[in-house]
Amino acid sequence: MAGNELRPMQYPVGIDPAALGEVERRVSPDEAPPLPPNARLAWIGKAVPRANGHAKVTGSALFTVDRKLPGMLHARLLRSPWPHARVLSLDLDAAARYPGVRAALPIHETVGRAVPLPPPGTSPSTPPARQVLYVGDIVAGVAAATPSAAEAALRLVHVEYQPLPFVADIEGARSGDAPHVFDGPVAGDSHAGGAGGDVPIAQQGNVRGPDRSGSRGNVREGFAQAEIVVEGEFRTQVQTHCCLETHAVVADWEADQLTVYMSTQYTVGVRDELARVFGLPLSRVRVVVDAMGGGFGSKSGAGNYVRAAVALSRQAKAPVRLVLDRREEQLDSGNRPATVQRVRVGARRDGSLSAVSVDSYGTAGVGIGAGVGNFAQSIYSCANFAIAQSDVFINAGPGSAMRGPGNTPGAFAFEQIIDELAERLAIDPLALRDRIDPSAVRRAERRIGAAHSGWSRRHAPGSDAGPVKRGRGVAQSFWGANVQTNSACEVRILRDGSVELLSSVQDIGTGIGTVLAQVVAEELGLRPGDIVVRIGDTDFPAGPPSYGSMTTASITPPARNASHQVLGKLFDAVASALGAAPENLVAVAGRIATADKSRSMSFREAATHLRTERISAVASRSDDYGGFARRFGDLASARNALGGVQFAEVSVDVHTGSVHVERIVAVHDCGRPMNPRQIESQVQGGVLMGLSYALYEERVLDRNTGHVLNADLEYYKIGRSRDVPEIEVIFLENYQGMSATDAYGIAEPANIATAPAIANAVYNAIGVRVRELPMTPAKILSALGRIPQRSGGQ
Amino acid sequence: MTGTITRRDFLKATGAAMTGVAVPAAGLCAAPGEAGQGAGRAGNGSGLLAISLNVNGAERRIEIEAQMTLAEVLRGPLDMTGTKVGCDRGACSACTVWVDRVPVASCMMLAVDVGERKVVTIEGLARGEELHPVQAAFIAHDAMQCGFCTPGLVMSCAALVESKPNPSIEEIKDAISGHLCRCGSYPHVFAAAMDAAKTLKG
Repeated sequence: MAGNELRPMQYPVGIDPAALGEVERRVSPDEAPPLPPNARLAWIGKAVPRANGHAKVTGSALFTVDRKLPGMLHARLLRSPWPHARVLSLDLDAAARYPGVRAALPIHETVGRAVPLPPPGTSPSTPPARQVLYVGDIVAGVAAATPSAAEAALRLVHVEYQPLPFVADIEGARSGDAPHVFDGPVAGDSHAGGAGGDVPIAQQGNVRGPDRSGSRGNVREGFAQAEIVVEGEFRTQVQTHCCLETHAVVADWEADQLTVYMSTQYTVGVRDELARVFGLPLSRVRVVVDAMGGGFGSKSGAGNYVRAAVALSRQAKAPVRLVLDRREEQLDSGNRPATVQRVRVGARRDGSLSAVSVDSYGTAGVGIGAGVGNFAQSIYSCANFAIAQSDVFINAGPGSAMRGPGNTPGAFAFEQIIDELAERLAIDPLALRDRIDPSAVRRAERRIGAAHSGWSRRHAPGSDAGPVKRGRGVAQSFWGANVQTNSACEVRILRDGSVELLSSVQDIGTGIGTVLAQVVAEELGLRPGDIVVRIGDTDFPAGPPSYGSMTTASITPPARNASHQVLGKLFDAVASALGAAPENLVAVAGRIATADKSRSMSFREAATHLRTERISAVASRSDDYGGFARRFGDLASARNALGGVQFAEVSVDVHTGSVHVERIVAVHDCGRPMNPRQIESQVQGGVLMGLSYALYEERVLDRNTGHVLNADLEYYKIGRSRDVPEIEVIFLENYQGMSATDAYGIAEPANIATAPAIANAVYNAIGVRVRELPMTPAKILSALGRIPQRSGGQ
Repeated sequence: MTGTITRRDFLKATGAAMTGVAVPAAGLCAAPGEAGQGAGRAGNGSGLLAISLNVNGAERRIEIEAQMTLAEVLRGPLDMTGTKVGCDRGACSACTVWVDRVPVASCMMLAVDVGERKVVTIEGLARGEELHPVQAAFIAHDAMQCGFCTPGLVMSCAALVESKPNPSIEEIKDAISGHLCRCGSYPHVFAAAMDAAKTLKG
């Protein structure tokens, strides 16, 4: 590539395809040239069928649970039946002697939970006696030749527990005389993804907090200026991820290499984690995932079960398969924390906000991070904002990030308060948002959604006659447009004209492999089916994670730049044969041609001119051309966050309390849309997960025993086919001139707005606000005063 | 997990009891496969049960542990991993296969109970290279995301459109009401099933 001087280039900008503007960016010569709007492209922005669709509909897609290695053993984990106990003794002898058993180990891994800080004066060399902290906490593991032998051996493990006092409900845990989940102060990462993470925070008993970071201005003055104040207390439940493929791993420890096949959202992250934990160089650890049966945040790291499988494989000197059963999955693979939020908003008569305060506590079980994210902090203009968030520890499995962590429960509360404020001000909820929402993209989304949803037909709250009352509601999304700059891929052209893309990025089900094929095909003038996409393997250049709605934004620009760079090498190789300078060649419709199209040859023929068997280029994610808003190491946030507005139409039967969602109009943006059909799939999925969160899902923890009463898919209720409303998905093309593809994410914004949109529609239907999730018939009837108020949930 | 007896544990235990004691004995040898073929059983020589299963038109003779479900036998000894197990309790329908053309949850049926009936799995739905119309429509409508529930959904939708030429959207919703798709691909599944029904009708 020629010198490194930045060159000025013109990029399309805007959200109206008919009236796009241009912006100049100074970019490196290694960057592919500006990409025209989707309407002028062959593959990007087109509904290209999913590349692995054939494999998925014929059953040949290879999931981790389908992996079979020669000599593979089957592992099972022994889990605590007690919510809190001291492990006095653990005897594995009988299990180890059981026929077929090849390894039996105590397992004491504590990833995902808060970490006790050593009391002053104690020696760190004397580890405290082992305690189990929740039902399902891992105690031991065995690996045997067959699943049934492993299961049988597990029953021979003898554990002597000394049960300890426990607490399994959030209100009980806050009281002064509650048993302590941890003996002293704790710290640790915010695995649940909300706020309240790894910063020094005061702790009293089971309550760690409040964390006030993110506050600004002076709310006291702000509320003093307010002409109207609205406030309310909102409660959200524990939601579990319920990935259809439970957490699964096949760990293969060999003398000079650890290979881990794993259902994971981040191959490179797991590789780094395992290398650190087992004292191996990165070059000796390989993590592989092909098809992956869902993650939703719960498969971001290696976790305890993978450590267990690796340890068992090391001891057995054989590959070990460990697949959690559904009960284990529901108890101990993460969950969305429960929250209790007191929200207060002060406004002037014109709708402008003078003060916002959020006081929240939540529980991620024995984990940290049951916060409510940055929704209330960031979505609307308000100079004075105060937040106080606390974690409350209970004896339950640790929370973890789940689709829109923090912001999903946060939006449920805050978008209802905004709805209430609009009513108190007698302003349409859309007009109020026009006043307070600085996002021009969401403003356009409100207009489009209002037209498509029939917003003008919205009536006064509770004004339908008869027992079945209809209502309409709206709510908005806010989520950072995240990018991981440590994201790379390689594009190769082989001498026979075949093309490969390689990256460790994994396809969680969003179809990133298909999108990458589109990007490469667009640049090389080929068809997506011509591109062999090899991903999900840390032997390839390190790609981004599949979480945080950052995958497409992180990996498509390097894919395009690597394609551009390798194509330049191909041009160099064929220039003389075509009698033109390399810079005067183009790749289009399967041919390499001179710019005036007077001479050309097929791509395949061009490849025969290569001097070597293959050529390749590796590119990594450049910074956004317009710069980032923030960055922390490898992670960055784009200048403009992601939007999204959803409109819900519901009917509520005030005799039975049942809520039926009839229609959702979801208007979203993700920069340049790469594959509209796959985006539609993701938005529908986000809406349905939000609908299910709004109406059905709730982990039920028995405060008297500490046991989860619905650790299954029968009594953990999830919306299914009969609950699916009509869903209209509309998305903008939002060009910003920020990268070689200008693409951003969609997964999380699609989920965040749904529950509050439904809640606001329920209010509009019945004229009474339901401030607690899930909005079950009992809660509807209770809100209507038809049955007595029950006490708060867990 | 141990300590809780479910309906299925009971069913499996009963199945095992019909043929002996479900405790593997000494002399067990490692064998590849999800449910290895080397498990012995106390009380009689081999400890394994020889059965014959008609799967995708082929007669397959295999040795299994007596308590194994159809899903376990398909995925283990028969090495057909297209059938997925999501809950192992009949609550998610990911494991749906046809038994005499009726969709059943293969995790809820003991392999020994299949008898002479004909099993069709996701691997046997296409005719050679030619996809079943439901499979083709699933691709065309992007009726999947992670794809783990897809084989089961395809089997239920295929059974529906083969038995009902003009299914309404309500009939499609009913036919797949036992399936759980956590990615939420239902709207595209409905469209795919409608489309496939039209194709089949010609």
